[in-house]
Amino acid sequence: MSATNLSLRRRLREHGLDGVTLLVIPGVLFVLALFIYPFIYGLILSFQPKQGGWLANYAKFFTDPYLYDTIWLTLQIAVPATLLNTILSVPVALRVRLMRRQKLLTTILVIPITLGTVMVADGLLTYLGPRGWLNRTLLEFGLISDPVRLIHNYWGVMLSLVISGFPFTFLLTLSYVTGIDPALEQAGAMLGARSRQRFFRILLPLLAPGLAITLALAFVQAFTVFPSAILLGAPAGPTRVISIVAYQAAFEQFDYPLASAIAMLMAAIQLVIIAGLLGARMLVFRGPVSTGKG
Amino acid sequence: MPIASRDFRELRLEDVSRDFGQHRALRDVNLTVKRGEFVALLGPSGCGKSTTLNCIAGLLQLTGGSIWLDSQRLDEVGPEDRGFGMVFQNYALFPHLTVRRNVAFGLVTQRRPKAEIERRVDEALALVRLNGQDEKLPGQLSGGQQQRVAIARAIVVGPPLVLMDEPLSNLDAKLRLEMRAEIRRIHTMLGCSTIYVTHDQEEALSLADRIMVMIDGQPRQIGTPEDLYARPASADVAEFMGYRNLLTSPAQMTVDGAAVTVSGARVLGTAMGTVGARATVAIRPDDLQPTADGPIAATVEIAEYHGRDFYAVARGTGGEDLYFRSDRRVAAGEVVHLAASPARVLVYPA
Repeated sequence: MSATNLSLRRRLREHGLDGVTLLVIPGVLFVLALFIYPFIYGLILSFQPKQGGWLANYAKFFTDPYLYDTIWLTLQIAVPATLLNTILSVPVALRVRLMRRQKLLTTILVIPITLGTVMVADGLLTYLGPRGWLNRTLLEFGLISDPVRLIHNYWGVMLSLVISGFPFTFLLTLSYVTGIDPALEQAGAMLGARSRQRFFRILLPLLAPGLAITLALAFVQAFTVFPSAILLGAPAGPTRVISIVAYQAAFEQFDYPLASAIAMLMAAIQLVIIAGLLGARMLVFRGPVSTGKG
Repeated sequence: MPIASRDFRELRLEDVSRDFGQHRALRDVNLTVKRGEFVALLGPSGCGKSTTLNCIAGLLQLTGGSIWLDSQRLDEVGPEDRGFGMVFQNYALFPHLTVRRNVAFGLVTQRRPKAEIERRVDEALALVRLNGQDEKLPGQLSGGQQQRVAIARAIVVGPPLVLMDEPLSNLDAKLRLEMRAEIRRIHTMLGCSTIYVTHDQEEALSLADRIMVMIDGQPRQIGTPEDLYARPASADVAEFMGYRNLLTSPAQMTVDGAAVTVSGARVLGTAMGTVGARATVAIRPDDLQPTADGPIAATVEIAEYHGRDFYAVARGTGGEDLYFRSDRRVAAGEVVHLAASPARVLVYPA
């Protein structure tokens, strides 16, 4: 009896299962309760429309331009913001890697993350508004004759996404960049490669898998933009992003099934884009970015 | 196009210095490397030997002095334009490129015709005996094979000077001996000047035409392996060159050398400078042997069997540790009478 008990235990341990494994349970329960259950609930709800057949919500979304246009509007904001943040973070990270006072700069860049979107939006409203510092300064110096419109339109949302998204992509990229052995660049230089060639032939290929992950995470962040689209954008016009129509369906029309359907479509679009990025990642070198046994 | 052509006469370092903030990593390094010569930079870790190499490579800027290739000033030229080959300690192979494309890298940057690249890569891979591995990634190779790729990549462009930064330190003992012979063979075949950084005196002695010993950021002695082995210029060089017995002792100049006191016994030695009342005595363990009537009496503390002989530590009458080798078996607790030939007892000014 005790012999079989022991051997079961031992067999489990050989598969990496022992007492410590039990610590996973609270986490699993948490994910089940707060993520998996609501997701499945929403998925089922989206197939139970207030009127019509089980696909009526999806049919409604794709026949009403007010609704389906939001996909395009959101992509118009999210894709450029994602690309801009990621592409910008590469040269900055490459430069910061060589700096002595990295910590200070990193701290400054992380502040927007800790402040949260609403606070950043509020600050931008004051700073960029028609009577804000920026416009007053530009007017004072006669650089412009009318205030520049940077809020309550596309650019307001874009700016907010850059301010809150850039630190995130930067920190991720910095960690990927610092993971690359500096000797590789030195080896490139010794072989006659100039900085441009070193970037395109050594650094970029080694960064590519990390950049794919960065793009995916940055895209998810930008695609689900909501507070700044309302506060800094034109929620009735060019920044009527998909999360706004989901919100309106749920809390203005109290049509939860439709809101769920929109949320499911958001998830589907994100999954398609992420799958595309990760698929592209499969095509590049993904091994360790340092060599030797050093 | 790299500025260095293959037929230079010499590379000269003139008063080269390098500071890192307050720390003076290199001071007044003067060295001339002739075409075809194999020079080893030897010293303990932190002595500035790798810093010197990086200065020659152009990966580090000088804070003083200059580097010349014949009449051309080199230290103002970037590493891309020097055209030197370099083998890094961790090999620094490009992990995303195959062996073939790693080796071809330098030729591709020079925009050589495709056929020439193929041919020269094949030659280089054959030289390091690495055929048939072309399409593998560095991660799929063993340490020794990665080392060969690194050498092939450095020599394929036909550099006038090859720089090697402790290239064997990541290999196991057997492979290290094998690759040492390999490096020697490749150097003989290609005849390109080589500067080789190592902390292993055996490696330096066996490979180099000349050795520069560095301690604390300064060159202490430049000479042939034989010079350094038999006649270190100072006591700290002697210490680094394997003179395990370093004792301070009262000293006295004699007609043909110096007399010192080791473990209470008067011993004759060779004066390595003008010796005052006190001196530092340096003796290799190999040169100190137990004999029937040796003057230095000592008690064996530890004896290790090394196959061909015994390596032992004995405590002298003054409490000093004496390291020696013995052909016959010695055991702990035994009293031995050690002797050394006056030519092999080096007496340095204290």
